[in-house]
Amino acid sequence: MWTLLQIELYKIFKRPRTYIAFVAITSLIAIVQLGLKADGKEYMDFVLADLKNSLSIEGNALNGYFVCYVLLQLLLVHVPLLIALIAADMISGEANAGTLRFLLTKPISRTEFILAKFMAATVYTLMLLVWLAILALFVSMLIFGTDDMIIVKNNYLVQLEHDDIFWRYIGAFCFAALAMTTVAALGFFLSLFAENSIGPIVATMSVIIVATILSTMSIPLFNKIKPFMFTTHMVAWKEFFDIKVDANNSNIKGTIQHPERIFKSAIVLIVHIAGFMAASVYVFKRKDILS
Amino acid sequence: MKQFCKIFFLFTVGISLWLTASSQQDAATLVQKVKAKLDLVNDYVATGKMKTDVTFIKAPVGNVKVYYKKPSKFKLKRDGGISILPKGGVSVNMGSIVSTNDFDVIASGEETIAGIKTKKVKLLPRNENSDVVLTTMYIDEANLLIRKAITTTKENGTYEIEMSYGKYSNYGLPDKVVFGFNTKDYKMPKGITMEFDDEPKKSEAEKLRNKKGRVEIVYNSYIINKGLEDNVFK
Repeated sequence: MWTLLQIELYKIFKRPRTYIAFVAITSLIAIVQLGLKADGKEYMDFVLADLKNSLSIEGNALNGYFVCYVLLQLLLVHVPLLIALIAADMISGEANAGTLRFLLTKPISRTEFILAKFMAATVYTLMLLVWLAILALFVSMLIFGTDDMIIVKNNYLVQLEHDDIFWRYIGAFCFAALAMTTVAALGFFLSLFAENSIGPIVATMSVIIVATILSTMSIPLFNKIKPFMFTTHMVAWKEFFDIKVDANNSNIKGTIQHPERIFKSAIVLIVHIAGFMAASVYVFKRKDILS
Repeated sequence: MKQFCKIFFLFTVGISLWLTASSQQDAATLVQKVKAKLDLVNDYVATGKMKTDVTFIKAPVGNVKVYYKKPSKFKLKRDGGISILPKGGVSVNMGSIVSTNDFDVIASGEETIAGIKTKKVKLLPRNENSDVVLTTMYIDEANLLIRKAITTTKENGTYEIEMSYGKYSNYGLPDKVVFGFNTKDYKMPKGITMEFDDEPKKSEAEKLRNKKGRVEIVYNSYIINKGLEDNVFK
């Protein structure tokens, strides 16, 4: 299995397409960081304009933690599309190149083959997230420094102390890894049904776009299916950045307001991953490989 | 008889006017005495802990440093962190309110604040451009300490300030200050960090805002009259 995984990883990282995602993330983050470094004060004045009419905010509000949060909000919507580029190509790419039938002549089971392929796609996903974390969090901390973080929710404002934030990012990135693995599993599943890469990649992107729109819209008709859609739960990483308060309305350091929501969303995502993988194994085992 | 009624009426009016004038005079003298006490402080640096209790703000209890310099320079800084404070309100301090003599004093009776009998006086600034419209002070006459003040400003609404005193009462400096203010008109910005959670019910959001906010500062120590550079207040 380990050898299979190594071979698959070698194949992934040998293709130039793999690095598109890394380049895209690097340039996007660099553009945002450059813009905020140059005009960050104006940006903060603009976004906090309403709040500054009533409250005075003093300190380095535009710090590395805040910039990372903004970047994650922006990028975690688009990273699934970059993951689809690789995950949805895992089987269909082999079929397209005519190497799938040849690979299956080797003395390995189809289950082993498919699990190794999926694990390779997962490793790629995790590496992409680690790269995202390095650039969005560590580089932002280096450029903008660290301080308390202010997040404005829909009807309240959260101020997190600077020494109570880093562990939240670790939690948020771990959760994001789970969410992105779900996307990889979906792309991987769809790649079983095509003999070229474009179809599954576009199909994965379409499913994510439609499901994200349905998850975001507050239409009563779709509210019943929302809790079962993985896109609804992919944003639960934000729960790490809400904090419990005591009777005096003061923050209780090291707490999360709704840990049960994170837990519930994690379960839903794990069920989706397991479901997509079980379906992939089931379909692939019964598939007549002609290419 | 008619003559007697006339004399009695004039006497009553005269006595009332004299009593009113005398009580206004007393109130003005009392405020001057308090001012003289506060004038002992030219500048100070105080350290303490600040607690913000506003329903729609989740903020930590933090260490703060407060800087004051005569006549009205005031700065509050959080030690290593961001401070979120109601605009204007917290910077209202007694030293700056009575920093000039440019106000009229009206005696408004007596009231008991936290078990202490106080004289209630209203201060009306004579300067029409002053941001402060009216200040009501509850002065502990025996100790010459302001126990409570309600200040109405043009820009930032009405603030209630309650003070408790301890070891720095000789300078008229409180150990604990509680600022109360109305949060009804506070607006929350949308989309600052691209938060697109489910919209809260309107009544729920209103309920959060339609409450009084409180900022409590408990001072640990003061460094008084040791000199303070102006650049601290920039």
